[in-house]
Amino acid sequence: MATAAIASAGRAASPSSPPARRGRSTKRRPGSRLKARNTLVGWTFVLPNFIGFAVLTLVPVLILFYVSFTTWNVFGTAKWIGIANYTRMLADRSYHVALLNTVYYAAVHIPLTLACSLALALLLNRRLRGMAFFRTVAFFPYITSIVAIAVVWNMLFSPQYGPINQFLHAIGVQNAPGWTTSATWSMPAVIIVGTWREMGYYMLLFLAGLQTVPAELHEAARMDGANAWQRFRNVTMPCLRPTTFFVTVMLTIGSFKVFDLILVMTNGGPGQSTLVLSQYIYQKGFGENQFGYASAVAVSLFLICILVTIYQFLVNKRRDR
Amino acid sequence: MAVVTAGARVTRRRPWGVAGRVLGYCALIVAAAAVLLPFVWMVISSLKSNNQVFTIPLQWIPNPVRWSNFIDIWTKADMGTWLKNTLVLSVAVTFLQVLTGSFAAYGFSRTRFPGRDVLFLAYVGTIAVPWQSYMIPQFILFSKLHLSNTLWSIVALQAFAAFGVFLMKQYFESIPEELSEAARIDGLSEYGIYWRIMLPLSVPAIASLTLLTFTNTWNDYLGPLIYLRSPEIWTIQLGLRSFISQYNAEYALIMAGSVLSVLPIALIFMLGQRHFVQGIATTGLKG
Repeated sequence: MATAAIASAGRAASPSSPPARRGRSTKRRPGSRLKARNTLVGWTFVLPNFIGFAVLTLVPVLILFYVSFTTWNVFGTAKWIGIANYTRMLADRSYHVALLNTVYYAAVHIPLTLACSLALALLLNRRLRGMAFFRTVAFFPYITSIVAIAVVWNMLFSPQYGPINQFLHAIGVQNAPGWTTSATWSMPAVIIVGTWREMGYYMLLFLAGLQTVPAELHEAARMDGANAWQRFRNVTMPCLRPTTFFVTVMLTIGSFKVFDLILVMTNGGPGQSTLVLSQYIYQKGFGENQFGYASAVAVSLFLICILVTIYQFLVNKRRDR
Repeated sequence: MAVVTAGARVTRRRPWGVAGRVLGYCALIVAAAAVLLPFVWMVISSLKSNNQVFTIPLQWIPNPVRWSNFIDIWTKADMGTWLKNTLVLSVAVTFLQVLTGSFAAYGFSRTRFPGRDVLFLAYVGTIAVPWQSYMIPQFILFSKLHLSNTLWSIVALQAFAAFGVFLMKQYFESIPEELSEAARIDGLSEYGIYWRIMLPLSVPAIASLTLLTFTNTWNDYLGPLIYLRSPEIWTIQLGLRSFISQYNAEYALIMAGSVLSVLPIALIFMLGQRHFVQGIATTGLKG
């Protein structure tokens, strides 16, 4: 199937290009013929993947903006209603809740995961026995399925008999939290699981970044009498800047789009205490068939992610100077 | 390419001091235990009888060990079908992703044509665009193409991800241009260079991409949730989820199902963990 796709893409590209090439080659130097040939070859390499990518990703992104200005359900056709979806969104209480919850999740999850993954990376960045084992362990949650993880954690968090609250009782906590059954504690529970799951992945990025910190700088700082904390502040952190930046961008996007973890752990509940933007899009779109309104919410998510990323790029650029 | 090898950077460290080393190990062991605890709990619960799962105090060693949960789940749930569907999907997606991804990566890293950089920028730009934001128009599109509620929808969804292009491009650029230049002089076409020179030299990157894509497709929950409605085409994640809501008090059985859904990935990860680590360290992305 794949080879067929490539062959057809090759055929699709060739009829348009060779005539143009032949037409031009009469007046131009052989160099430009080579250039046209290179173009053709380049496109045939890129096209098989790009066609799939364009149709399945780029086109939907463009349609998104259109749909957000319409009413549309699965069976009907789109009807243009201008900015009605957006005005409705601004007044929608549930949307506000979802937005606030998403910001809550991001505001706690981003710094927590940054701190945990950096600490793990620093711990593991040593020449000691068994480091490969610990690295494997830390990364393992990230590659296991979210459904299995969610069900296990829900059992661990079980308020009465769950191991976590049993442990809390054992160390003398009187009113152990109700975790996923309580509106106040459900979000912290989800954040704990999210951090637990993702820190191994960001740790790998930090570990890769730490390899680029020149050992001579550490040596020199030590000679000058800098202690471990000063070396971390003044040598490691500045050298890690590109990595930290990249990790922060990825973490931010990841936090704003958080979805599957919440869907399987709490399904937004109890009440609306863990309802997040992605889930609201899903509910409105696939639950209630309001594709137009759901798309307006999706546009807001899209814009948040893009704007935050651009902002982070600008801040990073200014710090570079 | 930044390869993570813990501690490869310093030839000789100053003596850490026994205390520091012990402290470091203690911290690591505590962290490792905390990370692994949910999995340990999953496995021991899957070997208990149902009313032994939640006991006060906690029973850490199942007594008696009940292997029967792992037999019962096959009769109570359609595990066979789900695993088969998931396997078929994962293999198909991985194959397409590696093939088209590496092909496109060659185009982006080794050929020059107008518009190349703009195209690549389009790929890069999608990193900042969450799938959740365009899942609805994509669903509309797939429905019009009559792809929804077929396994093809998941293949289409996953097979052309930008990730494969990034990873392969990054790796191709670390291979010396002189090699392909020499082959070109010897008369090999660009396709020949791709197939006979670049691919054989990129086995580590291909291994990374294969493992990451396979894992990703295996674990995907949202794509199947939206597109696969009929139970006979469910994947293991969807099946497990429906099993959980259907038998929500059968804790031991649920844990057995969870173990079965994690096990193949755990095995693959143990065997190829080096490739996972390198793939992520190279691109800084997952699939």
